[in-house]
Amino acid sequence: MFGLTALELARIQFGFTVSFHIIFPAITIGLASYLAVLEAMWLLRKDETYRELYFFWSKVFAVNFAMGVVSGLVMAYQFGTNWSYFSSFAGGVTGPLLAYEVLTAFFLEAGFLGVMLFGWNKVGPGLHFFATVMVAVGTLISATWILASNSWMQTPQGFEIINGRVVPVDWLKVIFNPSFPYRLVHMTLAAYLATALFVAASGAWHLMKGHRTPAIRTMFSMALWMLLFTAPLQILAGDQHGLNTLEHQPAKIAAMEGHWERTPGEAVPLILFGWPDLAAETTRWAVEVPHLGSLILTHSWDGQIPALKDFPPEDRPNSTVIFWTFRIMVGLGMLMLALGALGLLQRLRGKLHDSVLLQRFALVMGPSGLIAILAGWITTEMGRQPYVVYGVMRTADAVSNHSALALSTTLVLFIIMYFFVFGIGVTYMLKLVGKGPGHGGPAEPERADPAADTGRNQRPSRPLSAAPGAVLSIGHGE
Amino acid sequence: MGIDLPLIWAVIIGFGLMMYVIMDGFDLGIGILFPFIRDRDDRDVMVNTVAPVWDGNETWLVLGGAGLLAAFPLAYSVLLSALYLPLIFMLAGLIWRGVAFEFRFKADEGHRPFWDHAFAWGSIVATFCQGLALGAFINGFRVENGAYAGGVLDFLSPFSVFTGLGLVVAYALLGCTWLILKTEGPLQTRMIALARPITFALLAVIAGVSLWTPLAHEGVAARWFSLPNLLFFLPVPLLVLAAAYGMIKALARGSHGLPFLLALALLFLGYSGLAISLFPNIIPPAVSIWGAAAPVQSLGFALVGALFIIPFILGYTAWSYYVFRGKVRAGDGYH
Ligand code: HDD
Ligand code: HEM
Ligand code: HEM
Repeated sequence: MFGLTALELARIQFGFTVSFHIIFPAITIGLASYLAVLEAMWLLRKDETYRELYFFWSKVFAVNFAMGVVSGLVMAYQFGTNWSYFSSFAGGVTGPLLAYEVLTAFFLEAGFLGVMLFGWNKVGPGLHFFATVMVAVGTLISATWILASNSWMQTPQGFEIINGRVVPVDWLKVIFNPSFPYRLVHMTLAAYLATALFVAASGAWHLMKGHRTPAIRTMFSMALWMLLFTAPLQILAGDQHGLNTLEHQPAKIAAMEGHWERTPGEAVPLILFGWPDLAAETTRWAVEVPHLGSLILTHSWDGQIPALKDFPPEDRPNSTVIFWTFRIMVGLGMLMLALGALGLLQRLRGKLHDSVLLQRFALVMGPSGLIAILAGWITTEMGRQPYVVYGVMRTADAVSNHSALALSTTLVLFIIMYFFVFGIGVTYMLKLVGKGPGHGGPAEPERADPAADTGRNQRPSRPLSAAPGAVLSIGHGE
Repeated sequence: MGIDLPLIWAVIIGFGLMMYVIMDGFDLGIGILFPFIRDRDDRDVMVNTVAPVWDGNETWLVLGGAGLLAAFPLAYSVLLSALYLPLIFMLAGLIWRGVAFEFRFKADEGHRPFWDHAFAWGSIVATFCQGLALGAFINGFRVENGAYAGGVLDFLSPFSVFTGLGLVVAYALLGCTWLILKTEGPLQTRMIALARPITFALLAVIAGVSLWTPLAHEGVAARWFSLPNLLFFLPVPLLVLAAAYGMIKALARGSHGLPFLLALALLFLGYSGLAISLFPNIIPPAVSIWGAAAPVQSLGFALVGALFIIPFILGYTAWSYYVFRGKVRAGDGYH
């Protein structure tokens, strides 16, 4: 297809499916924790607002979770279908990590999800809260294992190569490899940020429409608090992550910075914008700030960092792409900081729910967390090229022997199906959000006592989907 | 080394796959039965009997994949490359039916039938592809230098198409008897009526596979029909007949729970029959579990977790089924 080789097609296919996948987990991780907080607040304060918000966001969560599961299922098989040499070579490390993820996280999430979504009237309040917390914990455990696996591919250690395959010799070293703590913190914060931005944008949309119920005001305020604290933390974490990458994957940092040439004794500037030209081995139209590169990356005035020309061309990642994806991520991170600060300012002035500027800003920033996540992952993964396991196995040696024809067929299938299915799913999610809190959910607070009642009125409600007749009954409410 | 780690892992993965077949079997079966039920409320009830548990059921499939990668990376890489197309189409089917659980209820009136079709066809395609993969697995793969050496369409054969259809029948029986357990009224009556012919169809499938495999594969014939073995294995076919007979009786008596248990027994027996035929090969016909095993360090590390955690998983899964026990009815509760 389009003259692409089987290797390129396999990479596009993997990148395409994983990029769709990561969008859903990010929201799943964030919303699960948010729901646990909401339910805790409801149990503590018995304030109807929190219960209303809980049901509202759990419906959105249900749709998102379903999409996360089915897109993740594909990922678990793609290692074998697309990267069979990688699997037989490195499966000794990545396999057990993935197996632990399934055992400790996926089952936990799935096992308690049913009770969380459909069990409000079937178990007591304490047990229901426990189920919500287990789902939230499950999502975080899941992130931990998969990131341990991915980080090991970035900064491998704790293994030997025996008979042409990876043999783990020290599991603690494998799991706690140098980039793992940074990646775990950075990604978890990213998920929380993306969710906070999504919630804030939903609140802003309703406020702009004049829907000013206590639930909507509360969620807008909660989301902005979250943003205020996580955005600066994320920038800090990102900075540390970059220093760690400089230590272990210097070629990646050089490519991210569009830094080609090392001149002894001369400080590294920070290139704000420009166009890394791979053929000419230079960054064209560079807008630079002198010394700032040294300052950020070495925390000293004239510090030196390795440059792209220090590496043979076949070992360099694609600087043009990751230069820009990195800037998109960082730029959005700065905007998030600004949004959090503006929120604080308006809050102090007592205008949190009335500032049109704040609402507009929050609304357009709605998808920015997800965009930053994708940009960040592309930077990380393409920056690792040409290796799958950094310094150990090249991507070209990892790919299965499929023909370009087979791969093009399945790629087209995936593209059409993903845009269709997930496109519709996202539309349904947005429709639910558009409907606002305060619709549907089990009949008012009376929770049936599960011990006393096994009869009719305790049956699950119909339709037993987590979002009962939601879109169907638009227009009934209000 | 006293402990045979690859053997233990083969048992764990075998157990996981069996859990998958049984548990996702009945919820895929519900999709397969959709075309027989037209009424909207009935369809809602059918879906609602599994809505709280389907995700957990499917997780056993993920465990199968991850366990295989952890314990037998060679098998994972060869099998998944060899079964590339059936697996991709299986995943596609699972995507459609998985989202249909949620989307059916979120779509507006006009689009609901679309997601009903997606649910039914997704289930059928996913099941058929699993059956295709099973048939191809029994037939074996060409392996050279530790990699799959066959073509992308090698999985396709009359036998694998037969096992594909066979699995559709098997899951339909699981789904049908599950609904007998979980529903009442006309829907249940309809299911009781359907269960009889499906049981006979499944018997025909089991007979077909049992004859076809030894005829096509000398090794399998030798294993079953040599003398001491025959006596050990004879209970399997006999138990199949007994379970089928019990099923017909139980259906006639109008029993609610027994048919499901017997359907589980039938599937379990069919599964053990296959295990007897194929053991100890993990990439038939030539690569054994010992030949494909991961390094001891990997097997041991993962085993500690598996042995410790699987009991907990079984525990809270059972609890979740317990919470949602009893009949599911239409129109109860909030709308
Ligand atoms: C940072 C987090 C993260 C990352 C990087 C990934 N995932 Fe994921 N995944 C999750 C976080 C997550 C989650 C939050 O746990 C999900 C999302 C929705 C859900 O059901 O669980 C999930 C679902 C999910 C499922 C379905 C689980 C189920 O049946 O319940 C599978 C099989 C995978 N993932 C596999 C993968 C693979 C093979 C990845 C690597 C390419 C991957 N995920 C990246
Ligand atoms: C979830 C967020 C992730 C995103 C958005 C992401 C993105 C990408 C992209 C865009 C590529 C293609 C790179 C290229 O071809 O230049 C890629 C490749 C790859 N990624 Fe990731 N990735 C993610 C997580 C992971 C994880 C968690 C793992 C492993 C556990 C992983 C393993 C791989 C492998 C094996 C490849 C294929 C080889 C390659 O092309 O480098 N990825 N990923
Ligand atoms: C504003 C300051 C930020 C800095 C300095 C920063 C820095 C970095 C660096 C250096 C990497 C690559 C690490 C590597 O490949 O070894 C990275 C990756 C990543 N970034 Fe950022 N980042 C920032 C903001 C953000 C924001 C706001 C988000 C999302 C909301 C985000 C999400 C990600 C993700 C998902 C990855 C890939 C996973 C990983 O390697 O951790 N980043 N970031």
